[in-house]
Amino acid sequence: MRKLLKPREREQMLGTAYAFPMGIWFTLFFTIPLGIIVLYSFLKRGLYGGVEWEFTLDAYKQMFNPSFGRVVIRTLWISVLATLGCILIAIPCGYAMAKSKYQTVLLFLIIIPFWTNSLIRIYAWISILSTEGFVNSLLIKLGLIDQGLKLIYNNGAVVLVLIYMYLPFAILPLFTTIDKFDFSLLDAARDLGASKLEAIIKVMFPNIKSGLSTAFIFTFIPIFGAYTVPLLVGGKDSTMIGNIIVDQVSKTRNWPLASAFSMVLTFISLVGVFWMLYNGKREQMQSKKTTQQSLEQNIKKHHLIRGEK
Amino acid sequence: MSVQIKKGEFFSLLGPSGCGKTTLLRIIAGFDYPDNGKVEFDGKDILPLAPDKRQSNTVFQTYALFPHLTVYENIAFPLRLKHVDKEEIDKKVKEYVHLVQLDDHITKKPSMLSGGQKQRVAIARALINEPRVLLLDEPLSALDAKLRQNLLVELDELHDKVGITFIYVTHDQSEALSVSDRIAVMNKGKVLQIGTPYEIYEAPATRFVAQFIGESNTFPCTVLSCEPYENEFMIKVDVPMLGGTVSVTDYDALEVGSKLDFTVRPEKVRITSTPPRSTNKELNTYKGIVDEPVYSGFQSKFYVRLDNEQKSIVKVFKQHTAFLDDGPEIDWRDTVYVSWTATDGYLVKDTDR
Repeated sequence: MRKLLKPREREQMLGTAYAFPMGIWFTLFFTIPLGIIVLYSFLKRGLYGGVEWEFTLDAYKQMFNPSFGRVVIRTLWISVLATLGCILIAIPCGYAMAKSKYQTVLLFLIIIPFWTNSLIRIYAWISILSTEGFVNSLLIKLGLIDQGLKLIYNNGAVVLVLIYMYLPFAILPLFTTIDKFDFSLLDAARDLGASKLEAIIKVMFPNIKSGLSTAFIFTFIPIFGAYTVPLLVGGKDSTMIGNIIVDQVSKTRNWPLASAFSMVLTFISLVGVFWMLYNGKREQMQSKKTTQQSLEQNIKKHHLIRGEK
Repeated sequence: MSVQIKKGEFFSLLGPSGCGKTTLLRIIAGFDYPDNGKVEFDGKDILPLAPDKRQSNTVFQTYALFPHLTVYENIAFPLRLKHVDKEEIDKKVKEYVHLVQLDDHITKKPSMLSGGQKQRVAIARALINEPRVLLLDEPLSALDAKLRQNLLVELDELHDKVGITFIYVTHDQSEALSVSDRIAVMNKGKVLQIGTPYEIYEAPATRFVAQFIGESNTFPCTVLSCEPYENEFMIKVDVPMLGGTVSVTDYDALEVGSKLDFTVRPEKVRITSTPPRSTNKELNTYKGIVDEPVYSGFQSKFYVRLDNEQKSIVKVFKQHTAFLDDGPEIDWRDTVYVSWTATDGYLVKDTDR
């Protein structure tokens, strides 16, 4: 006799079936390559690239080379600075957009740059910042300086262009949460004695926390793995982890080391994502707990009243 | 137009939605700025002051409780801003929590509270700063009818307890009539009448006030004669829609020939199935047919079509009491007599248009 499935079970089976093609895609092009990277990071480097099938921790040991350490630290501070820059600019932008009558137009304007290749946009910055570029020639014409300033090929330029590249990723999530924010709360805070700034810090920020953490993750992770920006607008001392990986793959041909650095990037990104997930979960748990508490309280009260009667 | 609100008064701004009452409240609170005009407090112009520098606090229509804070923290918020020390805050918050009877709920977040509880948090939070004026923006409009009644009584008691001025915005005339010391009736950005609930209801200044507060039968009329009558004046008016002359008393003498509106409230109109017997000489009686009876529990409403050329409709309320002289029950299509005395009708100026 064939066992009949309950509707719920059938739905679950169907759900699995629908997810199947996607599962294959991700396994083939995402999980397996990632597995290869993990595997390679524990193998011995081949003489002319590639690997030899011999387990070793050499790659991870090599990472503690002080010259790499400097790069890791630089990558960290450049990423933190650029991410903070993105978020600091994105908050007022998101606020203005949420309050604006022309939301769709502004949203559109933010999305437009995505239609242009990122390399082209970086080259545009090079022509703006270079010694004979737009900014310098303007300043010279205005008579403010005699000689072109050195605006490019340094860490400052890297941070600036990174902020430019990843700003939309911070604006979009912040805009959506600020748009849902109840602005009458700001009126209430002002009414209760808060200054404009106090109202924003004490009432708006806690209520757009999810947008802030999403913006942080969306900008920090790609910036942390940046490669083209430091390569094109950075100077000698602007190398970031992404550049090391490329060098190790293509020039030095130390694939295990490249894999090990990739592992570091992946690991730090994962920490970020888990932190975000954990934050969201904790908030949910908190509200669940209090709902349950109040429910129990109500039941207790109910019994008390009935008991008295 | 200028409005003066006295210290300790429960003052209501009453009007239909979109009449500007909330805007007026927001101007008093400092959220909006008027194009012209002045807001004075103790004789001082407060328009240049930001909301946080004014001695008023607001209870918002949507409560505007801070969702990330608990009930306790919401109420403590204004004190924390002033950096009051911890024990003092704790003492005061507990006092106000007790005042609004929320002692069991201080650790809850606003999302866990019922509408009425949220309302109370909003009130406690607005009062803890000890403002001199409490502004309430339709605070009960989001609650259901029964709860609204209870909270209204509580609000009235609270007003007696704290003794500060309440400025209460509402579109609900029964709310305004039952709790206010004085009411300002507004329409289209203008204040039409300021007075006690009794004055507003019994002596509306304009046609709009008469029609907005309670229900009324209103017909255009022309003054025919005006003679002194006891302390007042007995006025005969020609009301074409009622098909004749109506007698009505008024405190003021009126010029013969002036065009006004004659109004009588439905509950002041008597409905009987036989011609009314009364010793009152100035009784206005009309014969008609019940066009539509509307039963609504404690009373019935009758739309009576008069037996004249205009076939005008007169609304009548009849309480369901068991008086001996009630006569037989009145039903649809019955022939009835509607009557009212001269003192129950009144004349209003149609200045709204």
